[in-house]
Amino acid sequence: MGRFVARRLLQMIPVFLGTITLIFFMVHVLPGDPVAAMWGDKAADPAQMAALKHKLGLDQSLTQQYFTYLGHLFTGDFGTSLDGRKVIDKISAAFPVTLRLALMAFAIELVLGVTIGLFAGLRRGKAFDKSTLVLTLLLISVPVPVLGFIFQNVFAIQLKWVTPTVQDSMDLGQLVLPAFVLGSLSLAYVARLTRTSIAENIKADYMRTAVAKGLPRRKVIGTHLLRNSMIPVVTFLGTDLGALMGGAIVTEGIFNVKGIGNELYHAINLKEGATVSGIVVVLVLVYLAASLLVDLLYAVLDPRIRYA
Amino acid sequence: MRGASQAKWVVAAVAVALAATACGSGSSSSGGSSSGAVNAQGVFSYQSGEPQRPLQPANAMEVLGGRVIKQLFKGLVDYDPATGKLRNQVADKIETTDAQHYTVTLKQGWTFHDGTPVTAKSFVDAWNWSANVKNDQINSDWFSDIAGYDAVHPDKGEPTATTMSGLKVVDDTHFTIALTGPVSYFQYKLGYTAFAPLPEGFFKDPVKYGNNPIGNGPYKFVSWEHNKAITVAAYDKYAGVDKPKNGGIVFKNYAQAEGAYKDLVSDNLDVLDQVDPSDLASYKSDLGDRAVDQPQGSIQSISIAMYQPDWQGVDKAKVRQGLSMAIDRDTITKTVLQGSRQPANSWVAPGAMGYKDNACGEACSFNPTKAKQLVTEGGGVPNNKLTIVYNSDGGHKEWVDAVCNSIRQATGVDCVGDPKPDMKTARDIIKKKQVSSAMRTGWQQDYPLNANFLRDVYGTGAAANDSGYSSPEFDKLAAAADKATTVEQTADLYQQAEAQLAKDMPAIPLWYYKTTAGYSNNVQNVKYDSFGDPVFTQVEVKQK
Repeated sequence: MGRFVARRLLQMIPVFLGTITLIFFMVHVLPGDPVAAMWGDKAADPAQMAALKHKLGLDQSLTQQYFTYLGHLFTGDFGTSLDGRKVIDKISAAFPVTLRLALMAFAIELVLGVTIGLFAGLRRGKAFDKSTLVLTLLLISVPVPVLGFIFQNVFAIQLKWVTPTVQDSMDLGQLVLPAFVLGSLSLAYVARLTRTSIAENIKADYMRTAVAKGLPRRKVIGTHLLRNSMIPVVTFLGTDLGALMGGAIVTEGIFNVKGIGNELYHAINLKEGATVSGIVVVLVLVYLAASLLVDLLYAVLDPRIRYA
Repeated sequence: MRGASQAKWVVAAVAVALAATACGSGSSSSGGSSSGAVNAQGVFSYQSGEPQRPLQPANAMEVLGGRVIKQLFKGLVDYDPATGKLRNQVADKIETTDAQHYTVTLKQGWTFHDGTPVTAKSFVDAWNWSANVKNDQINSDWFSDIAGYDAVHPDKGEPTATTMSGLKVVDDTHFTIALTGPVSYFQYKLGYTAFAPLPEGFFKDPVKYGNNPIGNGPYKFVSWEHNKAITVAAYDKYAGVDKPKNGGIVFKNYAQAEGAYKDLVSDNLDVLDQVDPSDLASYKSDLGDRAVDQPQGSIQSISIAMYQPDWQGVDKAKVRQGLSMAIDRDTITKTVLQGSRQPANSWVAPGAMGYKDNACGEACSFNPTKAKQLVTEGGGVPNNKLTIVYNSDGGHKEWVDAVCNSIRQATGVDCVGDPKPDMKTARDIIKKKQVSSAMRTGWQQDYPLNANFLRDVYGTGAAANDSGYSSPEFDKLAAAADKATTVEQTADLYQQAEAQLAKDMPAIPLWYYKTTAGYSNNVQNVKYDSFGDPVFTQVEVKQK
């Protein structure tokens, strides 16, 4: 197990370096000059523009900028954005918000998705199963922005249960609605994955054995059926945590949540290379950690994987 | 059935959470009557966003930081929001005899929010610092009229001085300004935020100061929660003519205008910046008499590439006038633009001083028969084809197509839009003078005076003269206007210059932008100035 973890950790290094390099060059190759953009439609003052570029290090060659950036990154310095704020400050202000939102969405899709999937799988072909299939199909086919606007109109404008946008991004209660919108798509996938997996495994030999042994139904389903059916679901959930954090960009926009997505959107609009790559670096780290966790969970769920 | 009980619990928890948030936000249900008492200490919220740079007066060109700075600082003069006319604030008098040398006298009793007095030195030091190329102020070239600017802001290399020779402090309440040449509307420029005074404390650590500014305006800075809100409170010792009628403003940060609009409709936001396009069709019925719809100090036009040989010659002016008459401005602004623009009949936006109603005359009214006749008389459009260059990232496609359609139907001239992917690409082509026949152009006022719409756009060689228009008559009148010693005279002389535009028609005025906004049930007396900003100090918060 220890060697397995060590190998996985080592594998993360090239992946991490590769992504940073890609992101850095992609952001900097984008058309448009962030400094010239400060002047908007008006004619920029060349002397002032040159002075600003020099101060921000944007007058160096791209490779020079890249190595400076890498060097700073390894000392934990994410650079400074055009407004003079440290990128790390921006991230540490926005990250807890998105983490809350993503974890809430994750909890909703995990608990609701697995439960709905389990019941649908156990009652295959019955009314509950069929309505689950229709409902999840609906969730999958309705785009997230549309779902967000529908929820805003129904729950905020019509019913007046909540405010249309989140007034305090750190308030868990206010984040329930956006979290549900954010997690809805994955919720549908988790429910469907679980259902299929359960429906297949319920006919397996070990299930017959367990029932024949006279084990209580709770144990048959909990230990034998659910545990064996969770592997595809865990794979999906693991990669989904990263996707939720990145995908929050749309949901955060609709509900005016002040998280990473919001910050990223703002930074891309202003072509702020340092902020964009800083946020993406953090997202890559989350993604890598989540997939490492998935691999470790495999080993827990199915001991045979540990020795592979 | 462990699973079942768990599921019930989760559903219950979600229901409880939803109910809890509902309880927390039930304040919106009480809609007050419009004649309610006013709470002079009441604070209202305004739709805004995160400023791009520290809050330094000469460092905000974009509106998000600029509108906050306008509330925190007050310069020598500002513009009356109702008429656009210049009025004195910190200045008692600004005197000149030749439009080049000015003597400024300050009023007594003005203080910064930290209690220190506003003196002549506060202005001169601030301007010298802001003009210096080393201090990275984005609006530094606003000081370029002042003598000695090139020493602190050379085109290349290090500055050779830290002060401009044109600025001299006489005593605490007097200073003099010498310009490199006569600029009769220099006083109008002085209303721009870049010319605000700065307290002594600023120069010790300008960046730190920019995150915690101390100004002399109607509001003092309270807090800046990045990405969330900027809060300001009324300054009780404010000496200006526009004392706040409310207790303060929260500039609330919104990522999307749709969300802000929904918050406004449900009274969670008090004053709106601009209604998002998707709600434009319904905002008047949603808000009733709380909907705002008034012209702004900006204009949209189609400029003709006068530098193309085909478009030169006396007769071609007739063709351009004919094209202008072929555009059905009324219908297009009502239908395609959903009433968010007002048809233009001059080259200057209403609300600016010197605006002359119907300066464009007959040429700006829709008349298909006359249009066709004029185009034919003038020898027709070159190759009988008109292309309009525009950037497709700014929502211009719909109206460009509609304008072309109107021209095609009225005159038979083949007209098509020529979209460029983004603003930068379109500007690049326009700047390099590679447009074959026509282009979309727009102008937003820097200060509400007709000179800004005329001299800076149609003067020979002006930075924003995209059409390449060059008229000796226009330049002569503009130069005379610049030498005038009063702003009124300047405005009058520029109206004569505008008459030349009506003859030559280098650009076809289309329509003025409008402020389409609104406010909540919590506030009243919300009016907007020609910059599209609400008159913050006049907003009244209703008693709860």
